[in-house]
Amino acid sequence: MAEKMELNEIEVWDGNYAASQALRQAQVDVVSAYPITPSTPIVENYGAYVANGYVDGEFVMVESEHAAMSGCIGAAAAGGRVATATSSQGFMLMIEVLYQASGMRLPIVLTVVNRAIASPLNVRGDHGDMYAGRDSGWVQIDAFNAQEAYDLTLCAFKIGEDMDVRLPVMVHQDGFVTSHTAQNVKPLSDDDAYNFVGKYQPYEEMLDFTKAVTYGAQTEEDWHYEHKAKQHKALMDSRDVIDRVFAEYKELTGREYNRVEKYFMDDAEVAIVALGSAVETARYAAEELRAEGIKAGVVAPRCFRPFAFDGIREALENVKAVSTLDRSCPMGAMGTLFNEVSAALYTTEKRPLVSNYIYGLGGRDFSVAEAKRIFKEQKAHADAGHITTPIQQFSGLRGPKLGFFETKRGN
Amino acid sequence: MSRGVLATEKRGMRELGAEEFVGWDEVTQGTILPSFEKDVDAAHVRPEERPYSDFNSYTATVASWRVIKPVYNRDICIDCQNCWVWCPDTSIVSRDKQMLGIDYDHCKGCGVCVEVCPTNPKSLLMFGESEETEEALAKWPEKKKKAK
Repeated sequence: MAEKMELNEIEVWDGNYAASQALRQAQVDVVSAYPITPSTPIVENYGAYVANGYVDGEFVMVESEHAAMSGCIGAAAAGGRVATATSSQGFMLMIEVLYQASGMRLPIVLTVVNRAIASPLNVRGDHGDMYAGRDSGWVQIDAFNAQEAYDLTLCAFKIGEDMDVRLPVMVHQDGFVTSHTAQNVKPLSDDDAYNFVGKYQPYEEMLDFTKAVTYGAQTEEDWHYEHKAKQHKALMDSRDVIDRVFAEYKELTGREYNRVEKYFMDDAEVAIVALGSAVETARYAAEELRAEGIKAGVVAPRCFRPFAFDGIREALENVKAVSTLDRSCPMGAMGTLFNEVSAALYTTEKRPLVSNYIYGLGGRDFSVAEAKRIFKEQKAHADAGHITTPIQQFSGLRGPKLGFFETKRGN
Repeated sequence: MSRGVLATEKRGMRELGAEEFVGWDEVTQGTILPSFEKDVDAAHVRPEERPYSDFNSYTATVASWRVIKPVYNRDICIDCQNCWVWCPDTSIVSRDKQMLGIDYDHCKGCGVCVEVCPTNPKSLLMFGESEETEEALAKWPEKKKKAK
């Protein structure tokens, strides 16, 4: 048996340490990893827990991120609880194998510390890697601070391993701003955390020699489509399990999570939709604007996948103007949050005004003052009854103002 | 050669692609395919006695792309089992440490068995797919002398 670790009621952990403690408390059997900035400490700490007897597990050193996820797939198919961590270029090299993991319905947990993608090379946080995973078939949960990185990593095991889900799960946090900022974190005891996650239940594991199975079969045009549709349905249906796991976690800890997080949305007239650490910045700005009489609110998709088409619609259908903030350069299109939020809101009666900001690329700071400016711009849209600026704009960008497309409504 | 153990009369009969089509709700989760119809301690049950499911290729011909084939010469073989160990498609059939021959329904013609055969001359050699076994055996090379 692994040694127990004595934890204080309140620990001072950064996002990386919080995530690694969750891997330890879940007693992950195998971590196959190729460490990369800024997620390195997650697997480094897991290695230390193994070496010091705090987890009965294996730390497998491999030669690339492609190999890291391949090792995870082998260990998960064999029948173990498996996790790893990556960022940025490592995530990109892992992508081919991410699709293999989800296609084989293996409940691997990947802690992703979001970082910009080269070129030009950059180690700071943006959401380029997270967005690149959006069609990979994984559940993608986003943590906005260190406490959430801890809580949601524990929840990730329980969600992915549920017999009605059996899908891999990513838990995202922002590079440096979350991963390297020490904050107060309230951990569970080792026993409470493990009991919440539960003993790993294998499914069709390869090490059961009486039930020989093939993983990774080939299917052509006569079978592939049916398998992919079934996988898509499993990811769609995971919404109910995510809700249930979040409810159980609230019962245990008092901390509440929702697939769509709403802040000041009951009577909001204008809103920002964002992911990651910018959510807390926007909430702070909304609070200040409330004092100035602007009914500002913030909506954050806790789950990037499965995307809460239903929850987003419910949260935003009564606002007048909403700005969707994308921290990934969409390169020749509108941002992903803009596209998905617009699609959801198009099916409502009132069809709020939706505009798009690209922001924070390569770790560019996103300030409270800038969030307030964006809120006030939404208020101007709302008062005018139409979008008064280009639909897509860039926040915090030096040089001449950059924007694309004008509205055809209300002019 | 024992046809019973090679079981060619029971194998290679099924055509791939002739399966009954089912909808998305009936395909296996994760395309995970069970090899057997029921639980079996496969390590202790001989291949021809295992309860294969249709997901297993044991009863199907999957060697259609082979263009050259290994031919086995019993007269030279020393039953070292090298080819049995190295064959990537378990297409070398051996029973009680004695070589029986090649399973041509599964052999892809990669030639690994020939490469690892240690005898002089080799007990396995590659021939064209259309070459008759008797003709191939008649062309077998003589023992090579060591260069001094």
